[in-house]
Amino acid sequence: MAFPEAIRSIYKSELAGIRDAGIFKEERIICAPQNSEIEVEFPIGAAKQKVINMCANNYLGLSSHPDVVEAARKGLDHRGYGMSSVRFICGTQDIHKELEQKLTTFLGTEDTILFPSCMDANAGVFEAVLTDQDVMIADRLVHASIVDGMRLCKAMTDTFKHSDMAHLEEKLQLHEKARVKLIITDGSFSMDGDLAKLDKIVELAEKYGALVFVDDSHASGFIGKTGRGTHEQCGVMGKIDIITTTLGKALGGASGGCVSGRRELVEMCRQKARPYLFSNTIPPVVVSGAIRVLEIISKTTERRDKLEKNTIFWRKGLTEAGLIIKEGETPIVPVMLFNAKLSQDFARDLYAEGIYAVGFFFPVVPKGQARIRTQLSAAHEMHHLEKALAAFTKVGGKYDILHKTKQEIIDKYGM
Amino acid sequence: MSDLKNIVLNYVKNEYLEEGDDREVDFNTPLISGGIVDSFSMVSLKRFLENKYNIQIPDAKATPDAFDTVNNIAELLKEFNIQ
Repeated sequence: MAFPEAIRSIYKSELAGIRDAGIFKEERIICAPQNSEIEVEFPIGAAKQKVINMCANNYLGLSSHPDVVEAARKGLDHRGYGMSSVRFICGTQDIHKELEQKLTTFLGTEDTILFPSCMDANAGVFEAVLTDQDVMIADRLVHASIVDGMRLCKAMTDTFKHSDMAHLEEKLQLHEKARVKLIITDGSFSMDGDLAKLDKIVELAEKYGALVFVDDSHASGFIGKTGRGTHEQCGVMGKIDIITTTLGKALGGASGGCVSGRRELVEMCRQKARPYLFSNTIPPVVVSGAIRVLEIISKTTERRDKLEKNTIFWRKGLTEAGLIIKEGETPIVPVMLFNAKLSQDFARDLYAEGIYAVGFFFPVVPKGQARIRTQLSAAHEMHHLEKALAAFTKVGGKYDILHKTKQEIIDKYGM
Repeated sequence: MSDLKNIVLNYVKNEYLEEGDDREVDFNTPLISGGIVDSFSMVSLKRFLENKYNIQIPDAKATPDAFDTVNNIAELLKEFNIQ
């Protein structure tokens, strides 16, 4: 079948619209293993440049850790490359069960089921455990994959204002008669780096007989005293009914995700979650690497402790330099620039200084809240952060935004 | 009628605008197609109207179009003899 010009032109024009709106996404080519220092080709065809990576989700610096790479290699040797089957036909190996058990222990839950990604976990879980007699009440800033998963589910939807516990309580009262009420939130919000008030959410859930769902993708492995996640940080281990998380960020960074929580809810996912039923699970090589990751971080908190120190240094350094950051305690540190073009120009100048960070603007973040999102890693050494800080200070000076208020920056550059 | 519209408008502002969101919202502002009320949150508006006026709005009538402006909502409520 040909691809007629009339149809091609529909897509050409749509793509031109995306370019004109200034939201066309381009990939930067990394010519090295993922790490705190990488070699980047950007734009495609340009000379490769060595830069300090300030935008990876490699929070624990385990993406290219030699022990993890070695474990993955052994996994490849002992369990092969692919499964050529979904889990319930002939796609479950001993190591898949071992990883699920290790995640259950690490997260402090009753059971765990692996998914090809956390996006898939979020796509499958709601439909598997809820019906049209139930209600999902979500924080308004939850991740896009949760929004998609909720769309696939027949339960009623409602939302509460971001981290607004009074508003959540109103919604729990409004939907008091629903069979199951599920409160849905991210643990650590990926754009602002703030944490959900899980202690308060659990309190309200207990008061109104609701269940709690947390996507802890930006927390598992490093938030909390021993890195178990937002539920550890908030003192509610064992009280979260459903945790979804990813192996694609701190936990080795390759791919894969899971639903972990109450035994019956996990079992419902095994019976009904479509991304689990109709897609291969995580390949043996990744499973083997992830098992090693959990062994490393269960034995010592050294890496999350280093990440915490790096985060404190970075937040303090940026603030003292006179930049405006989103307050918080996580290694997601947004540097606020408010104006979309300024965020792009700032990122480009940082790149020229050897610092790789990306500007985010509408529609990824609300209008007038453009920013550069920086993310710390345990793979960052102090000299990386000192160099990055010097670059942020230099570029901030160039645009004359140091020690300026939000209003002064907006007056100068617009929203 | 304008009392009813003001009640609905106030609810929309309190329920759907975040603190610091200074968008102008009036009786004709597109709420759903304008991105102020997303489809996930529409249920609150429906429940608010049902509780406030002691009515049941059938799902078939609670369409995004019927809820898209305060004026449209007022028209819908007329069907329930509420003015």
